[in-house]
Amino acid sequence: MNFGPMILSQVGLQHYLVLAAFMFVCGLMSILTKRNAIGILMGVELILNAANVNVVAFNRFSHGIGAGGLRLDGQVFAIFVIVLAAAEAAVALAIFLNFYNNFSTIDVERAKNLRG
Amino acid sequence: MMGAILGQGGVELTDAGTVSAVLFYVFALLTGGAALAVVFSRNIVRTAVALLFTLAGVAGLYFLLSAEFLAAVQLVVYAGGTLILIVFGVMLTSKSQFARFEPKLGEVIVAMSVGVILLFALILGIFHTTFASNALSLDEYPVAKLGQVLLGDYLVPFELISVLLLVVMIGAAYLAKGRRRDEPRTEKPTLSRAARQWS
Repeated sequence: MNFGPMILSQVGLQHYLVLAAFMFVCGLMSILTKRNAIGILMGVELILNAANVNVVAFNRFSHGIGAGGLRLDGQVFAIFVIVLAAAEAAVALAIFLNFYNNFSTIDVERAKNLRG
Repeated sequence: MMGAILGQGGVELTDAGTVSAVLFYVFALLTGGAALAVVFSRNIVRTAVALLFTLAGVAGLYFLLSAEFLAAVQLVVYAGGTLILIVFGVMLTSKSQFARFEPKLGEVIVAMSVGVILLFALILGIFHTTFASNALSLDEYPVAKLGQVLLGDYLVPFELISVLLLVVMIGAAYLAKGRRRDEPRTEKPTLSRAARQWS
């Protein structure tokens, strides 16, 4: 197995972690800057995806073999996160539709009714 | 070892590991660029399209991480289901009368500085940590093992999450449709008191 250039042949755990950190920061900035509620929801989805990439990369590179042979806990957790993200999107969109019915907008700056 | 998924056939000129690395950078650029587009796009529909590309890139990364089942689930559930749900939400709520979704300059500056500082801190933390390195052995087929784990060790969370999904679907349908009944129906969409106050 002859290695190519160093940066090409050695994609390891840290590459994936850096990419996931970048995705996380993008999601966070999307949450902070968007005023459309659905844009905020998309930021949340980005953050969940970043966490998923982290978990799967750790499972691939850093926790692959345990006491009982092959360990796939990271992939199972990623599946659970995907299901929970789908559920969260459904509930969030229902809430946004309600909000839109009441206020005729989904600008989160208008959601000031509960402010004391 | 890295390129075990791509090992067979068609790669004479370059090493399989190099091909895998090039694929990683392609998917990483796709994912990262689309994530940036999600942040900086002002049109919500374009944001949704950029999110689609991000999710597809993450699915490619799952393939490279030898999590094939997860990649398929990502494409089917996330890119196929959740994103369609979001696009329907965009279409149902796009007729906004007060639609000025530009963020203020101060918010943008605060968000940018928080994001840049956090990104540098995270990358510094990643490169200053030594991780355990017992990698996944690819002798066993991971998908079969995944099924066994999902219905063996993780049986109770699996059942709980299916019940949760049912409850969430019923609750979302109730939430999205429940309030309409007791409001008076007129031709024009009536604004509520708070909305009238803002117009």
